[in-house]
Amino acid sequence: MNAASARAVVEATFRREHGRIIAALIRLCGSFDRAEEAMQDAFASALAHWTEQGIPDNPGAWITAASHRKLIDVARRERTRREKSELLRDDDDESAAEGGASFDEAAAGLPDDRLRLIFTCCHPALNREAQVALTLRTLGGLTTDEIARAFLLPEPTLAQRLVRAKRKIQQARIPYEVPPEHALPERRASVQAVIYLIFNEGYLATSGDSLVRRELCAEAIRLARLLRELYPQDAQTAGLLALMLLHDSRRHARVDGSGALITLEEQDRGTWDREEINEGLALVELALSWHAPGPYQIQAAIAALHAQAATPAETDWPQIAALYAELAKLNPSPVILLNRAVAIGMSEGPERGLMLMDSLGVSGALSEYYLLHAARADMLRRSNRREAAAEAYRRALALATNETERRFLQRRLGEL
Amino acid sequence: MRYIFLIYSREQDRASMSAEEGQAIRTQHWAVQDESGRKGVLHAAQPLQPTNTATSVRMQDGKPLIVDGPFAETKEQLAGYYLIDCRDLDEAIEWAKKIPSGCRGGPGCIEIRPLMELPPR
Repeated sequence: MNAASARAVVEATFRREHGRIIAALIRLCGSFDRAEEAMQDAFASALAHWTEQGIPDNPGAWITAASHRKLIDVARRERTRREKSELLRDDDDESAAEGGASFDEAAAGLPDDRLRLIFTCCHPALNREAQVALTLRTLGGLTTDEIARAFLLPEPTLAQRLVRAKRKIQQARIPYEVPPEHALPERRASVQAVIYLIFNEGYLATSGDSLVRRELCAEAIRLARLLRELYPQDAQTAGLLALMLLHDSRRHARVDGSGALITLEEQDRGTWDREEINEGLALVELALSWHAPGPYQIQAAIAALHAQAATPAETDWPQIAALYAELAKLNPSPVILLNRAVAIGMSEGPERGLMLMDSLGVSGALSEYYLLHAARADMLRRSNRREAAAEAYRRALALATNETERRFLQRRLGEL
Repeated sequence: MRYIFLIYSREQDRASMSAEEGQAIRTQHWAVQDESGRKGVLHAAQPLQPTNTATSVRMQDGKPLIVDGPFAETKEQLAGYYLIDCRDLDEAIEWAKKIPSGCRGGPGCIEIRPLMELPPR
């Protein structure tokens, strides 16, 4: 076996198995750092061993066993050192790592371990940024450098964030377990929020390293699949996965070669990812059949209606407007009401949309929000009121800060 | 592991409370103390006198400077504490939910802090 192909197997094994392995190791030793170190050592020795002696039948089990041995070695060394210094009172930490009984469980890689891990990473006692970083680092297996690049942060800042989070888990004793039934809905919502945030970071922002951004979307979808595997009956989880798949399916169509945004209406629908759409549509249907409406399912249902329209003209705007009204019942935010106004404008005519938008603008919450003015401009453009449309585009331009969005508004203004 | 539960509430609310309101809050405290006492995990629980009884001593130029008042003037004030043994933070959070904090529906907060356990000297 040459080193290059051994490396390829090591990398594939890491991608496929590291979540299970690290989750089991953390349970065994009770420490994120020690688990991480043991796993890294194991992958490093795998490279040497497999190059020399060939690939084992079950690479994942090999890594798990090797990591576990490393953990025990470290625990023994540490205990000897501490006994010598006579400072040690109890050896709870070490005995946990040496409990041989848990080894088979670790090798089996029960899904419960990854479940424990995701709930701990997304514990509400950690702030949202820490939850995201920790989830990507441990379950996602991204390096601190990759996460830092994705969030446009200096690497030391991100590293510090991880150190603080892990320290709090240890010192405040955030449990490594699946929350009890009564706390589950709230805690699962926190996990879903983290996953969706990771996805949006990869999907919406157009600056930064595009490869890493792509990786964030893929990771968010992987995590949602994992959560769904563990809670197959949860409508929110199914809705979240569907929503991300349906958005992700337009990945190639929504930006042109120069990085400029292409609106849904102008996208080449032939480049939408059919496989993702089909999976997303099936999930939406399933989630809706449970009659447990939540924000993810409703947004997924809206995305599904867009995905099902072969041409923009075939879009079921009345249904989309109705879904936005449902969404507004759960979360009466002005942005959702704005989206509803757009949908009504598209189905009942721009004048009706404009009327609704103006009432939103008057109420004040959105008067400084560039998308309100961009949406107004679009409605004015559709009703051929060029002067007023240009005025609204200029207003939107004055408020927009994102360069990609500014370029889009400039183009529209120029086309009038 | 031991956690301290620091109760922050508005003293002005406590001062203007009716007898019934005061009784209702005391009853909630007693329930927490009874339950944690029964489980053998309660180390201590005590309300504090208001911050106008506080005295702060800080060293300045090597000399103790004695000042009337609390460490910091804040909108909510430290009003009391519990010291309870908990398995982990989740169990501590469950206790915190039961400890009354906001008197008269006003803003209040329980801050949970793990005690730092040191090896014996």
